[in-house]
Amino acid sequence: MPVRPISVGERIKRREDPRLIRGLATYTDDIKLHGMLHAAFVRSDYATGKIERIDLAQAHARKGVIAAYTFDDLRGKVQPVAVVIAEDRYIARDAALDVAVDITPGRPVIDLRGALDPTKGKVYADHADNVALAVPAANAAEVEKLFNEADGVVKLELVNQKVAPVSMEPRAVLAHWDEGPQKLTVWTSTQVPHLVKQQLAQCLGISEVRIRVVAPEVGGGFGCKIPVYPEECLLPWISRRLRRPVKWAETRTENLLNTTHGRAHVHEIEAAYRKDGELLALRGRVLSDVGAYPSFFGPAIATFTPLMMPGCYRLSGLSVEVVCLYTNTMATDAYRGAGRPEAAYTVERVMDAIAAATGLDPVDVRRRNFIPKSAFPFTTASGAVYDSGDYGPTLDKALARFDYAGAKARREQARAQGKLVGIGVATFTEICGLGPSTGASPIQRTGSWESGAVRVEPTGNVIVTTGASPHGQGQETAFAQMAADAFGIDVGDVEVLHGDTDVVTHGVGTFGSRGLVVGGTALHMALEKVKAKAARIAAHLLDAKPEQVTFDGDTFRVAGGERNMTFRKVAEAAHLWNVPVPGEEPGLEAVARFEPTGTTFPFGSHLCEVEVDGDSGEVHILRYVAVDDAGKIVNPLLAEGQRLGGIIQGLGQALCEEIRYDENGQLLTATLMDYAMPKAHMFPRIELDSTCTPTHLNPLGAKGIGELGTIGSTPCLVSAVLDALRPRGVTHIDMPLTPLRVWNALQGAAK
Amino acid sequence: MKVSVEVNGQVHEREVAPRLLLVHFLRENLGLTGTHIGCETTICGACTVHLDGRAVKSCTLFAVQADGRRVTTVEGLAKDAEHLHPVQTGFWEEHGLQCGYCTPGMIMTTSALLKDNPNPTEAEIRYAIEGNICRCTGYQQIVNAVQHAARISKGGR
Repeated sequence: MPVRPISVGERIKRREDPRLIRGLATYTDDIKLHGMLHAAFVRSDYATGKIERIDLAQAHARKGVIAAYTFDDLRGKVQPVAVVIAEDRYIARDAALDVAVDITPGRPVIDLRGALDPTKGKVYADHADNVALAVPAANAAEVEKLFNEADGVVKLELVNQKVAPVSMEPRAVLAHWDEGPQKLTVWTSTQVPHLVKQQLAQCLGISEVRIRVVAPEVGGGFGCKIPVYPEECLLPWISRRLRRPVKWAETRTENLLNTTHGRAHVHEIEAAYRKDGELLALRGRVLSDVGAYPSFFGPAIATFTPLMMPGCYRLSGLSVEVVCLYTNTMATDAYRGAGRPEAAYTVERVMDAIAAATGLDPVDVRRRNFIPKSAFPFTTASGAVYDSGDYGPTLDKALARFDYAGAKARREQARAQGKLVGIGVATFTEICGLGPSTGASPIQRTGSWESGAVRVEPTGNVIVTTGASPHGQGQETAFAQMAADAFGIDVGDVEVLHGDTDVVTHGVGTFGSRGLVVGGTALHMALEKVKAKAARIAAHLLDAKPEQVTFDGDTFRVAGGERNMTFRKVAEAAHLWNVPVPGEEPGLEAVARFEPTGTTFPFGSHLCEVEVDGDSGEVHILRYVAVDDAGKIVNPLLAEGQRLGGIIQGLGQALCEEIRYDENGQLLTATLMDYAMPKAHMFPRIELDSTCTPTHLNPLGAKGIGELGTIGSTPCLVSAVLDALRPRGVTHIDMPLTPLRVWNALQGAAK
Repeated sequence: MKVSVEVNGQVHEREVAPRLLLVHFLRENLGLTGTHIGCETTICGACTVHLDGRAVKSCTLFAVQADGRRVTTVEGLAKDAEHLHPVQTGFWEEHGLQCGYCTPGMIMTTSALLKDNPNPTEAEIRYAIEGNICRCTGYQQIVNAVQHAARISKGGR
């Protein structure tokens, strides 16, 4: 019996918060160094073109300008063509406007479907077409056979629009080359400080041991702070040349233009079904807009989409081609869900289309196709191996909480009164904690593992370091809980350090719902190593054999006797070492790396009820119920935060968000006045519940939670709105479901 | 131009350029970096401070507009860790923040709300923070935080 309360599983409030709520946290742009200069970039006004001339003379002449540099080549909207360095950020901005840039504009490729036809324009003149990556469809013959056996086929063409991650903190970089020790320190708002260090070393030709990358407080990422950006390489280069620290903080307009976007898919999908609602097979094509310069994970993300298109369903065949296309727009990369929301959106639209075609209830169609609990581990039609799942009880819980039967009755009454009320459902799964590293490409320069380290001080207080790089997830708190529980010490006696490559052993970072699943497991392994060594030391000091010693939560005890020693006493002895332990080194610390043997597949069932205003096209969300299953939970308070935030982010895509360019490649949504973010008054209270189906792939039983919300909520809302509009004859709509688009759909159907 | 601005109870006299934004005056000249910049267009509210007791967005005010006036920033709400403002306590207790970047603005907006309306409904809270964008929380725990603050404020703070 543990003698102390266990904190894992408790709603512990965050240790990160005191500094944040008092305005005392330090984000990159908050740092000021002696002699620091400011950078401002001059970016192309055209999506594509040829630079004829860049004239820096006027910029150089401005008082307070220290340096200015140009780029020779140009391709892709908002690519920087020059940079100006000045004593303060106002002068830098003025001087950036002084730079004269003559560009002969070219004809840009903007539309994703248009990019398929090279005769309409090419991003790269020396390429035959705009195809960046094409992955042919597998299993075409078997799938053809399934289509021949089907009672019916539904065909969908779905746009998953381009959106912007919009972390509230834009990107920022501060580089300081210290000429004395020949050391480069870069503070940058990133999710992956270790990868930034690796890439800087390669890009700048500086040994990585002379580079320190710090991710200080990071104000959100959502995937857009995984790629290493040109500014992160350029500022160190400038700092080294000028031997002064140089800072750049992205403006929101730069952020919308120039930080990676997400989604930007078109799916052309056919689904073969039987009249009892069984989905037999999917086939078709995924088109993905990877921009002019494909970003870090960009093209890989599109390949996740067919992989995850089977969702929670047992279909027998899948044959989906992936075509990644260049356009003269900003690159796409990971955005909360990265390839899985696109997959879930499409297969859930397919489920609704089958329900509409067969007259069956959309919930029944989904249940009819669920992979049964007994089938796990299950290999899907796309070849993914699902670790564990039990979808029925999760759906049942959501239906009960939602009062599905009652909601349907209310919908019928409302419809009888002429109201446009709809019910939406999404049942979904996703892939988390990617691994093993055998799937990694040398281009990534990292495997799929994560590091964790534990250092016990002589007092028994503990310092944890993690290669994960949290930026809002709360792992300082969650990891402190784990360490406190491991040794029976107070949570307050644990320090958690991350995001500094000089402090933390080499790691990877935070993305893809891997923080707890991979990083937490690495920490767990390090804690176990330390505990095992502490047990050996305790056994020696207690004059017992190691196998006679047990740990009850904070004290090592010899079986069948009174002899015991607290963890803190062992820590003291491990450092004092006046009674050396044969075969052991002094001290108490360990490093561990967790290499996942497989991926985890959390899941959920979401339901929502909407009313559409037929006159204005406005969508009002009346209720939203989410029952999710992410396996074991370390801190329910943090888990709820992840889910609530993700759900609203996914509803933002469904309702209002869209990156839009005009046909010349001018970004029309270049400020938050034009790019419509979800706001508080648009949503009702989200009702949460959960089930727990642990994974066997890590000792924590945790499956990953960061991306569930965005994966479930987008299809759920669209399902509800289509349900509301169906009595008026609307059978298709694309996101975002703005009042204009909904109103147009109603008008179109009325014709 | 010379300005004299009372910030968090202390009067600061500085020579500033007429175009210097209030947010840069606070962050760069006074070193109060708790006030953040998220959009430069008065949409996101990360830069919200109190000007003579009213919530305003400091990214679209000039420092000279604050001349002779009283500014409170997030750093001015609590004198130390033991004496948090009820809204700060609410945010901590209810997990009203994740990355923390929008948080100072959210706290300044909602502390001004509670001054005018000590017992707001959920709908009133949601409308009050319409000018503040949060990407992490989905707002629900922020609403809970403000309700928490309203409750403990009534409890005699």
